[in-house]
Amino acid sequence: MTGSGGGTGWPALAMFGCFVLLTLAITRWAARRTRTAADFYAAGGGITGFQNGLAIAGDFMSAASFLGISAQIFADGYDGLIYSIGFLVGWPIVLFLMAERLRNLGRFTFADVASFRFAQTPVRTLAAMSTLLVVLFYLIAQMVGAGQLIRLLFGLPYPYAVAIVGVMMTLYVLFGGMLATTWVQIVKAVLLLGAASFMATAVLWQFGSPEALFARAVQAKAAAAAAKGAAPAEALAAGRAIMGPGGFIKDPVSAISLGLALMFGTAGLPHILMRFFTVPDARAARTSVLWATGWIGYFYLLTFVIGFGAIVLVGTDPRYLDAAGALRGGGNMAAVHLAHAIGGDLFLGFVSAVAFATILAVVAGLTLSGASAVSHDLYASVFRRGRADQAAELRVSRVTVVALALVAIALGILFEKQNVAFMVSLAFAMAASANFPVLLLSLLWRGCTTRGVVAGGAVGLALALGLTILSPAIWVTVLGHGAAIFPYGSPALFSMPAAFATIWLVSRLDRSGRAAVDRAGYVAQRVRSETGIGAVKASDH
Amino acid sequence: MEQGEAALERLAEDPRYRRLVRRRGRLGLALTAVMLVAYLGFVLLVAFDKPLLARSLAGGATSLGIPIGLGVILLAIALTGIYVYRANREFDAEVAAIVAEARR
Repeated sequence: MTGSGGGTGWPALAMFGCFVLLTLAITRWAARRTRTAADFYAAGGGITGFQNGLAIAGDFMSAASFLGISAQIFADGYDGLIYSIGFLVGWPIVLFLMAERLRNLGRFTFADVASFRFAQTPVRTLAAMSTLLVVLFYLIAQMVGAGQLIRLLFGLPYPYAVAIVGVMMTLYVLFGGMLATTWVQIVKAVLLLGAASFMATAVLWQFGSPEALFARAVQAKAAAAAAKGAAPAEALAAGRAIMGPGGFIKDPVSAISLGLALMFGTAGLPHILMRFFTVPDARAARTSVLWATGWIGYFYLLTFVIGFGAIVLVGTDPRYLDAAGALRGGGNMAAVHLAHAIGGDLFLGFVSAVAFATILAVVAGLTLSGASAVSHDLYASVFRRGRADQAAELRVSRVTVVALALVAIALGILFEKQNVAFMVSLAFAMAASANFPVLLLSLLWRGCTTRGVVAGGAVGLALALGLTILSPAIWVTVLGHGAAIFPYGSPALFSMPAAFATIWLVSRLDRSGRAAVDRAGYVAQRVRSETGIGAVKASDH
Repeated sequence: MEQGEAALERLAEDPRYRRLVRRRGRLGLALTAVMLVAYLGFVLLVAFDKPLLARSLAGGATSLGIPIGLGVILLAIALTGIYVYRANREFDAEVAAIVAEARR
């Protein structure tokens, strides 16, 4: 290590500099090709299924999943796998229920689809609100993680780190729109998959087989427990504990609730759904999910090997531990230290730069999604009733990008010392409780009405947010109250069914004139969604 | 190729269209159910029978939980593959035929 308190020195800075130059060159190239709204929001629909699959993987594999999950495996072993499986199983659901219909009906945002046969103003307003909330919580979590990570990796002060992330993502989105965002995500996905593949291969090479790796990891954990004064039998049990589930899942209700949030939240994340409008047709949308699922699944297999490799190669090496036996720089550094153990300063620099790049790609996608909700849904459709000209809409979008970046930087700095661990799972819970039920029923249930989706979506959103505030993660950890009013880890088990039930009940009771129009529009919408008749084609360049 | 709502509603009555939507919908629903059962089954196993997952697979360090966990990951990829395979081979051609006929 070149710096014990963090700072990984010149190799990291040089490689990160290369990444920045490359992505700025991409942005310049993309800016010349970004003229229309379709270019800005959806890269002109000209991304292939394979490219979009990589970009989705790049959007989804955040620094939190690379460093966080490998750190969780480093600490608790098997528990990390449970978490990563939850993030993966949403993808098949996206494919089976959403991807093709979304591509066939929508243009730029998921609200295009959710409001297809309904009154535009209320449905788009709701969709824009939920998009902004989901994006904001996801963004804050990324910004805080980024600030802490960059301070550790490069030795930069926290506010500078957050500001750099904010400025970079603004440049990508402002000038290069969806095309630049997509390619930044693709470059990042290739770098991250490459670095993780190299690390996992090196680990398996060194131990010969997974069984040998696991055996050594169990020994290492047992030895560490014994060194802390555990009796031999206890130490052995502590070692074996990493091969099975531990304390990650406390009670079955929380487990199932979190499971539902992760599984169905993926099918409701606005920045993920938006990616399906960048491909030319439903077939490409379908192909992109297959690639994305493959890459993301492969990536989680790699992090599993990386985490276990770190238990042996990092956890037993005094160079990476402080006096108390904890990881230097904090728990999230397991994968970063492993990079050094495997490939020295140069590879450490590479992995640090990749981790930084990872954050930039994720926040760019989030920002674009938030900006499109404001400009396309709120400004063009609600405020101007669909009569905005394209130039004005794009102007609003670009102003929103800057505003979102400023808000993200400010909140990122404000939340520096807060525990933001709940924010990503809150974003998933809100997506699963508002966007997913609204989209699914508007696509597949004839009886669904404007009032139904607005009431149900609002109930889902409010419950997901309210129950999270009353849950241990905020009520006890953040607000410091004694016992949580809502005792479970995730609200989705309650908020998602409540949203479905509200949509159903309100729609059934809806006798308004609008409801008749809503129901009458179903058959034609369904045929369009199933066949792609009238779907927006890729624009020519 | 904008079509009137009336033409779309006529297409909805086409028996071939109805058959396609029914078959594709059933496949999507079945695969969703398989994924849901496999994943929630895994989560329930984690919640209620931790020792089973921690049990040694073949006397070594590798536990039963490893193949089960990796199995869920591979299942997710495999189910996605099955859907894409069937859609590319069967459904796309059927959609194209139905749309082409409706346009005439």
